[in-house]
Amino acid sequence: MNSGREHPRASIEELEEMSRRCRINIVKMTHEAGAGHPGGSLSAIDLMVGLYGHDFLRIDTDDADWEDRDRFIMSKGHASPAVYSILNEIGYLSEDDLMSFRTLGSVCQGHVDMKWTKGVDFSAGSLGMGLSFGLGCSLAAKMDGSNRTIWVMVGDGEIQEGEVWEAAMAADFHSAGNLKLIVDRNGIQNDDFVNVQMEVGDVASKFSSFGWEVIEIDGHSMQEILKALDMAKSIIHAPCVIVAKTVKGKGVSFMEGNPEFHGKAPNDNELRIALEELS
Amino acid sequence: MSAPSTGGASRDGYGSGLLRIAEDPRVVVIEADLGKSTKSCHFRTKYPSKSFSMGIAEQNMMLVAAGMAASGKIPFASTFAIFTERAFEQIRNGIARPGLTVHICGSHGGIHTGTDGSSAQSIEDLAIYRTIPGMAVLHPCDDLSAEELTVQLLNHDGPTYMRTARNKIGRIYDHDSVRELKIGRGSIIRRGNDVCIIACGVMVSQALVAADELADSGIDAAVIDMHTLKPLDTELVDSMAKLCGCFVTAEDHSVIGGLGGALAEHLSTGITAPLEMVGVRDEFGQSGESAELMLKMGLTSEDIKNSALKAISRKSG
Repeated sequence: MNSGREHPRASIEELEEMSRRCRINIVKMTHEAGAGHPGGSLSAIDLMVGLYGHDFLRIDTDDADWEDRDRFIMSKGHASPAVYSILNEIGYLSEDDLMSFRTLGSVCQGHVDMKWTKGVDFSAGSLGMGLSFGLGCSLAAKMDGSNRTIWVMVGDGEIQEGEVWEAAMAADFHSAGNLKLIVDRNGIQNDDFVNVQMEVGDVASKFSSFGWEVIEIDGHSMQEILKALDMAKSIIHAPCVIVAKTVKGKGVSFMEGNPEFHGKAPNDNELRIALEELS
Repeated sequence: MSAPSTGGASRDGYGSGLLRIAEDPRVVVIEADLGKSTKSCHFRTKYPSKSFSMGIAEQNMMLVAAGMAASGKIPFASTFAIFTERAFEQIRNGIARPGLTVHICGSHGGIHTGTDGSSAQSIEDLAIYRTIPGMAVLHPCDDLSAEELTVQLLNHDGPTYMRTARNKIGRIYDHDSVRELKIGRGSIIRRGNDVCIIACGVMVSQALVAADELADSGIDAAVIDMHTLKPLDTELVDSMAKLCGCFVTAEDHSVIGGLGGALAEHLSTGITAPLEMVGVRDEFGQSGESAELMLKMGLTSEDIKNSALKAISRKSG
């Protein structure tokens, strides 16, 4: 995050600490709401902390609507707790906002919504649409002669949606070098494991065959995340995808790799255990 | 008003309208391989740097348009009416829900499309887009009005859907009268006080023929071009209810949820008046010439005339 000025970059330790705070808020807000999607939020959060916390994302924390800001498009909109916890870190949302998650009139809607929340660039909730939206932002930026970068995050189950591949093909055709995609490859979707529901296979090869530059990383290694984001940003001749191997529910033992916590909030006891583990 | 006898199809008007607003730097055109059909191709030829081909991929096209709208552009995205429907949820969730100003044009609406057959004849587009909160729905009747309304879209905030037709028909407007059109305001084409025929698209010309024939029987029919189905010009409808006391709607579209549906919804909650609907009766079309299909499916001036007589007979007192 920045306001167009140079900032000292956060250390790995500082970013990991930010991730830990975000994880605590993710479990707390889903517990408070009694609903939500902790699993995919916990798998995505390290990648998002890398993006927001290490000033890869060029935004102005004093002006959320700055027209020439970079865009972050959370296409897997059910991972809204991850987004809200980050927006809390950069000062757009308060703790009270987080705890109002999913309640009537809350700025923290069930799925991220640009109409409701400062700092949210896309109204998600229906999977498969974010990459297309990002491509539209990318083409507009190119028309404007702007060097803003468009970052999109999708889940691996989400890429079963055909529109993702329509967008992938179009992004290559239109040489969208300012478009960066992050695939949260956590291997679990709503009903079950991805390889049970519809195996998406070699994601890297698929994107590569669509003309994309591909980077594969461990999505929980902050070192690898920062290196990948840096590399992705330097690639300007073609769209670039970071395929990040992650663990659904990362950081909370009983949620890790557990399809049950795709869309289920922790109960009182589970919250207590989760907070102990995260503290 | 006097009407020139020749004209283009309403889709030609869309193409001409785009050219008139092309110099606005915010205007962009997005296509899904049917620009030659929807007529955005003229814009593309002249302004290639502001035109984007998305290939045969309507869902992606709609969200690309949304992303551009969220980045300060005013996108005009077009394909066949029926293929916009493939991306209905994209339009609903990705465009309309965040209130983004994307102008969608669906050409080849209705059974008037003809020999392509039922797969290309959208008879439900107006109904489904009417259900989306905040979305304006337009269906002009000739090339000049389509051009004028397209130009007016430049200053319209919020998502819109405009249906155009494939085939050439006689003009309803001339270059002077068309300037009086306004999005959201029905246009009185013919004055009368026995029955009010409210039509849209290609059925406006059929309504005028019906009104002429009714006049021969001493019946004075008003004809309104309701080029904007949503928001519906309820003020005009109410004034015509008082004046005429009964209505006929005429549309090349299902009677379920389109112009007839819109009138019925309004009339059932305020001033009540008999309403007869001319339109497609819950059935699909087939291949055939436009005139053959219109005859077979009950969308002719004769059908409008008979409906007018029935509506008049239902008036109380």
